Amino acid sequence: MITFSQTTIKEIEEIRRKYPTSRAALLPALYVAQREFGWLSPEAYTAVSDLLGVPEAIARGVGTFYAMYRNKPLGRHVVQLCTNVSCMILGAERLVDFLKNKYGLEPGGTTADGRFSLVIMECIGACGTAPAMLVNDDFYENLTEKYIDEILEKYR
Amino acid sequence: MGNILLKNIENPNSAELCEYRKSGGYAGLQKALGMEPKAIIDEVKKAGLRGRGGAGFPVAMKWTFASADPKFPKYLLCNADEGEPGTFKDRPILEKNPHILIEGMTISGYALGAEYGYIYLRGEYPAAKDILNKAIKQAYEDNLLGDNILGKGVKFHLAVHQGAGAYICGEETALIESLEGDKGQPRIKPPFPVNVGAFAKPTVVNNVETLSNLPYIMEIGGEAYAKIGSPDCPGPKIYCISGHVARPGVYELPMGTPLREIIETHCGGIKGGGRLKAVIPGGISTPVLPPDKIDCPMDFVNMPKHGSMLGSGAVIVMDDTVCMVKVCHRALKFFEHESCGKCTPCREGTGWLRSILGRIEQGEGNEGDIDLLLSVAGNMIGKTFCPLGDGAASVVQNFIKHFRPEFEEHVRLKACPVGK
Ligand SMILES: Cc1cc2nc3c(=O)[nH]c(=O)nc-3n(C[C@H](O)[C@H](O)[C@H](O)COP(=O)(O)O)c2cc1C
Ligand code: SF4
Ligand code: FES
Repeated sequence: MITFSQTTIKEIEEIRRKYPTSRAALLPALYVAQREFGWLSPEAYTAVSDLLGVPEAIARGVGTFYAMYRNKPLGRHVVQLCTNVSCMILGAERLVDFLKNKYGLEPGGTTADGRFSLVIMECIGACGTAPAMLVNDDFYENLTEKYIDEILEKYR
Repeated sequence: MGNILLKNIENPNSAELCEYRKSGGYAGLQKALGMEPKAIIDEVKKAGLRGRGGAGFPVAMKWTFASADPKFPKYLLCNADEGEPGTFKDRPILEKNPHILIEGMTISGYALGAEYGYIYLRGEYPAAKDILNKAIKQAYEDNLLGDNILGKGVKFHLAVHQGAGAYICGEETALIESLEGDKGQPRIKPPFPVNVGAFAKPTVVNNVETLSNLPYIMEIGGEAYAKIGSPDCPGPKIYCISGHVARPGVYELPMGTPLREIIETHCGGIKGGGRLKAVIPGGISTPVLPPDKIDCPMDFVNMPKHGSMLGSGAVIVMDDTVCMVKVCHRALKFFEHESCGKCTPCREGTGWLRSILGRIEQGEGNEGDIDLLLSVAGNMIGKTFCPLGDGAASVVQNFIKHFRPEFEEHVRLKACPVGK
């Protein structure tokens, strides 16, 4: 059994007050759970559903609908590379190959040392400075192979 | 025209309340709170403001419906889901000029009689979330949000709701489902959100850029505002240009600026002296245009007359190294991934289109595949529950319409003929 810390419970209760129903706090609460436990394990869903009084089946339905909830453990750092059209025509696919060849990072996969996971993204709103990616919450734009090397160096 | 929506964004502190106020910020709100709500809606009508989220719906009309509904409370939702591929026009407002949006929403809330607002922000904009939350906090502290705004007895509360990576949540009824804590699947209309929206109450959904026009409309009045840009469709417009141009980026220009002028003058033409091959003018869902069709004013009224749509104003420029089958295939991969699964023509159709395009691109296309694509697309158009499915099918139709020989060559040569 995993449980939320007291601070997290308080945080979720505060979120709850922003909405007229507790159900509306489900998306933000799943984010909090993901941050706290690293991913949305079956126990995490139980914890969220207990706290908000939302049926577990609903919490899981929502948690598996949206791309940004993690339903399996990921690496310590999540590389989210856009390959949509504006990034694609400026070389994003080459970068996918580069990540595979140099870092052993396959789309949807995690490196053997658990350091990185790679998620292929649809447009992330950085098309004017394509190709672009997020590493965790940080934006990186105008990517090249060399620049990716420099960036990933910062994430241990 | 100087920047209105993106005023001061070169200033590194542009997101701070004190900076925003220094350049005249919140004067529009001050003025609005001295007016009757109905008079504000009249100004917006005179301004001719149309929604900037993609459809160009007249704002005053939507507001009039919602304000006429007697149910309370009412909600104002800002659509900051910005997911249409190619689009990055709302992000600079959210990250660099958040107070113009907060001011615009407060004015709109007062005009509509809405006391609660949410900004539905896409999950992929984590920096914008922190910036908005900070700006909202500053606004509360200065009594620009709360129960008694500027001492005028007006109540408006605002919070950020973070999406979680689903393009369909940009569709307004799916957005409402998602706000309420559900999967983002569109609702049947009618009833329309203006009557039965968030939490079953009258709800207005407007785009970030739309709402950010309010302070300026209040400042100069609807009539003066209507003189900016296209007479049919006035105001400033943020165009965002990506792909093979010399200077990609966001450009705030008068609505109706010709597509050719945007590409050639503002963006410096095709990068590296290459040749223009195709332009997607309004985000991936809008019809692609060949190079001889770009002499069109970029606004909601004129683009349909020239064979496309303004959409989000996201211009994707492609030079002649780009394979049209490949772009079309990538677009359909997107639609298949983002289809919410609620209705069969879209859920199944996007997958079939993607798969047939994939084999053509791989040099494994069969004779008849292009007609098969058109047949699948034809069976989707007009039969899907929401515009996402229609958009996916029309992307295929329009690529084939303008670039059919290139598709046929892929099938004939069993390989890609472009650039290699
Ligand atoms: C599939 C789909 C995606 C959409 N995505 C967005 C979006 O990301 N942002 C947006 O403002 N409107 C989007 N819209 C349009 C909204 O449904 C709605 O019309 C708009 O938010 C209304 O605001 P406006 O009148 O200010 O444009 C989308 C519509 C569809 C069908
Ligand atoms: S058209 Fe696609 S996205 Fe829209 S409701 Fe149907 S399945 Fe969902
Ligand atoms: S297409 Fe990659 S950020 Fe928009």
